[in-house]
Amino acid sequence: MSELAPFELNALPADAISQTLKFRDELTLVTSRERILEVLLHLRDVQKFEMLTDETCVDYFPQEPRFSILYQLYSISRNIRVRVKVILSEYDATLPSVYSIYENANWLEREIYDLFGIQFTDHPDLRRIMMPVGWVGHPLRREVPHKVEEVAFTFNRRRIDEGKIYASE
Amino acid sequence: MKTTFAEPAPLINDSPLNTVTSQDVQLDITFDQLKKLVSPRALTGETMLLNMGPQHPSTHGVLRLLLELDGETVISCIPDIGFLHTGIEKTAEDKPYLKGVPLTDRTDYLAPMSNNMAFCGAIEKLMGVDVPLRAQYLRVILLELTRMNSHLVWLGTHALDIGAMSVFLYCMREREMLLDIYECVSGARMMSSYFRPGGLWRDVPDSFFPLVKKVLDVFPGRVSDYEKLLKENPIWKERTIGVGKINAVDAVRYGITGPSLRGSGVKYDVRKAMPYSSYDHFDFEVPVGSNGDVYDRYRCRLDEFPQSLRIIKQALDKLPPGPVITDDRKIAPPPKHEIATSMESLIHHFKLWTEGFRVPESEVYFAVESGKGEYGVYISADGSAKPRRVHFRAPSFNNLQALSHMSRGCMLADLVAIIGSIDIVLGEVDR
Repeated sequence: MSELAPFELNALPADAISQTLKFRDELTLVTSRERILEVLLHLRDVQKFEMLTDETCVDYFPQEPRFSILYQLYSISRNIRVRVKVILSEYDATLPSVYSIYENANWLEREIYDLFGIQFTDHPDLRRIMMPVGWVGHPLRREVPHKVEEVAFTFNRRRIDEGKIYASE
Repeated sequence: MKTTFAEPAPLINDSPLNTVTSQDVQLDITFDQLKKLVSPRALTGETMLLNMGPQHPSTHGVLRLLLELDGETVISCIPDIGFLHTGIEKTAEDKPYLKGVPLTDRTDYLAPMSNNMAFCGAIEKLMGVDVPLRAQYLRVILLELTRMNSHLVWLGTHALDIGAMSVFLYCMREREMLLDIYECVSGARMMSSYFRPGGLWRDVPDSFFPLVKKVLDVFPGRVSDYEKLLKENPIWKERTIGVGKINAVDAVRYGITGPSLRGSGVKYDVRKAMPYSSYDHFDFEVPVGSNGDVYDRYRCRLDEFPQSLRIIKQALDKLPPGPVITDDRKIAPPPKHEIATSMESLIHHFKLWTEGFRVPESEVYFAVESGKGEYGVYISADGSAKPRRVHFRAPSFNNLQALSHMSRGCMLADLVAIIGSIDIVLGEVDR
């Protein structure tokens, strides 16, 4: 893909990118939540990243700040991908919704809200999407256990009934 | 199921709607939330709110749509998903990388090998592993068979929704041939889990090649049979042309990928754009539509059959001999005879089967073109044998999101055609 234009890092808004990571030809730009709308708008309109392929969250628990929100962008005209990352603290897990820039962020952000408990401001319809409405908690957070009950076999059945065994990790 | 409200008056308060409608229908949405999604006319009872699904045959699984109807015209369509949420991403965090492969089968259960490819490809990218050429070519053959498998189920159910019963029966008949190939290589007809990080589980048996040759011989005739049944069928054309239109700009804005995007005239195919598994060694065309309606999406998928057959033929002709899994013992198990003779192999085998392989701390995104669109896997590794986070970028999830845009102003009966044309699998939407 040598004929394609390389990524113009210098054209990005000044001081918006705090860190650039590169791993196996994947470029990751780390920015802050205050600048995220500005950066994505620039990437969409100036650098022609027309498509928000994916938006997701990673929980780095027990590190703090523990969340990072990832925006996986793709440019159809230039055939390159870039990932934009915003790092968030557990105690202030709020960031602006990018729905106004990429329409499909609607459900992607609902999913992040549902499974990680990240709040998106200015989101048009922030409701749970995967879990039932009455669900308490956010299951993809790292502190939520994978299983809540030990599986009963003949060898441990009695001790489970007596309450001596709980879910093992 | 109609959402019967006793009278419009109880709606004008802030209580949850399900208290208003009691046993009749459970709406998991409060009045304030609903107000933002439907037109004001729905709140006065002028238009009708209708529940479609989750147990409705034409929603292709457990998809629930809350429709606002003015007579038979759809004013707004609010999809409600999550009925099939099984926490696959959470489960994958608790399993070594190798054991994540069977989980991927269960996302898009009509195209298990495409999902395997995305997951294994992501792990290979993380570890920097080279896959032997024979494994890559066999993967290409199986991926194209998988694409045809996915498209056959789509075509059958889509045609059935619009009233063409016989196409469904023919498609299921042909699908048997593909499932036989799955069974021949992996032992399972649906949840194959045949791909492994670094290659394939084992080399294909000798009976694989006659089965694939039979597919190559039989399919061109069968595909033209489908075309005869549908392409010039006046009812089919009436039901599909000009229905569910979405233009190229909107399609990209909604993140639609795969044949649904190409039906709108955007030529984006991951196989061409960022070739994986040696797709760049083969000649094939990517069919593109222009109108972005149901008919064009149908054309794009149907035109992929001959291209898939073309790729399979080339891959079979060029198939090199050699191993089918990498000889990097850190991620691939040693062959049985080596375990009996070499202490080191025994240790590798023990480590792989008890702990799994460790992946250095890093993150990657790897995408493949599945039958439905761009199927991507994002893995964040924390240096241990289990991933910190696995995320599946499911094409159906993003494509389904555009349903409310496509169906605005269409007839209720056309909605069924539109759902069929975006080819969703709820296992993948909900994960």
